[in-house]
Amino acid sequence: MPAGTLYRGREGMWSWVAHRVTGVLIFFFLFVHVLDTALVRVSPEDYDKVVATYKTPIVSLLEYGLVAAILFHALNGLRIIAVDYWTQGPRYQKQMLWTVVGLWILLMLGAIYPVLGHAARVLFGS
Amino acid sequence: MSTPNSPTLDKHSSALDAAENTASHLITVTLRVRRFNPEVSAEAEWVDYRLPIDPKERVLDALHKIKWEIDGTLTFRRSCAHGVCGSDAVRINGRNRLACKTLIKDINPEKPITVEPIKGLTVLKDLVVDMDPFFQAYRDVMPFLITKGNEPTRERLQSAEDRERFDDTTKCILCAACTSSCPVFWNDGQYFGPAAIVNAHRFIFDSRDEGGEQRLEILNDKDGVWRCRTTFNCTDACPRGIEVTKAIQEVKRALITRRF
Repeated sequence: MPAGTLYRGREGMWSWVAHRVTGVLIFFFLFVHVLDTALVRVSPEDYDKVVATYKTPIVSLLEYGLVAAILFHALNGLRIIAVDYWTQGPRYQKQMLWTVVGLWILLMLGAIYPVLGHAARVLFGS
Repeated sequence: MSTPNSPTLDKHSSALDAAENTASHLITVTLRVRRFNPEVSAEAEWVDYRLPIDPKERVLDALHKIKWEIDGTLTFRRSCAHGVCGSDAVRINGRNRLACKTLIKDINPEKPITVEPIKGLTVLKDLVVDMDPFFQAYRDVMPFLITKGNEPTRERLQSAEDRERFDDTTKCILCAACTSSCPVFWNDGQYFGPAAIVNAHRFIFDSRDEGGEQRLEILNDKDGVWRCRTTFNCTDACPRGIEVTKAIQEVKRALITRRF
């Protein structure tokens, strides 16, 4: 342990870490997304080829990860706005975080079929 | 004292008996201290100390035991030793606490207890850090009463409600537990940090003070309140229970609404 130990922060610190990580992931997605969409202007045939690869199960799984990142970033973003603008926000930040996590789990369960349904049919047959 | 059945005397003697028997309450704990001496090595190292101690004693007592009975070279700050002066903020088991307000029994004495200097400030020796940047940020927010016009001939009166407005932020003891728990401050020491903002809040929301605009301008700086990422580490770390993040949020909102 050369640089001392990790600071043992609580919910607030870890939600901030998760917010950062999901933010960077979403940035990388947007970067790729702008590139592949711009491809349609260069060569529509190549664009079709690239988008066809997105229908594979591996990319479906990545899409599910994207849904996870965006949902957390969006819901926790609302919590951060409430922390800054609502007078009682800082006092209820933990309760708001657990609400965010609860909603996130619900929405992630709801996203299983719409996002992974196609991949399941490809893998296991319809 | 001549009364035949003095309850006070009985109680006293039984308490004294209990005090004399404390040896049986002693447990053996391991204190894992982060030690650094720039005159010996450029690297800091972990040193374990095993010592018998009453679990109702504090981490500061354990540090004293080490310094007085095991290794006199151990260096740490402490002044009042009772949670008022704010000298002995250290990182105990990964969290910022005052060594003088942390009981051994409250931090799982079965495992080694890690004691490190607070983060984000230069370590000078062992648990002693350079507090100058911390106090400079404190001075920069002008933590004193600013008024205009002539001095009144009597005291400046204030209603109980007006006093209540900033009551929470008057409790600060400048121990730096909050500022050195802040991830933003670790990465950029230019950030004013929670403690300076708390002490600005104490005057911004004081009805007798007229320097609020100036202080808000200082904290509107790129290294001011907007660097706060609401990680709540400061609120969790404050040994006085100040709602630090709430105070920072109130300063942010005062900057937007210009109402304070």
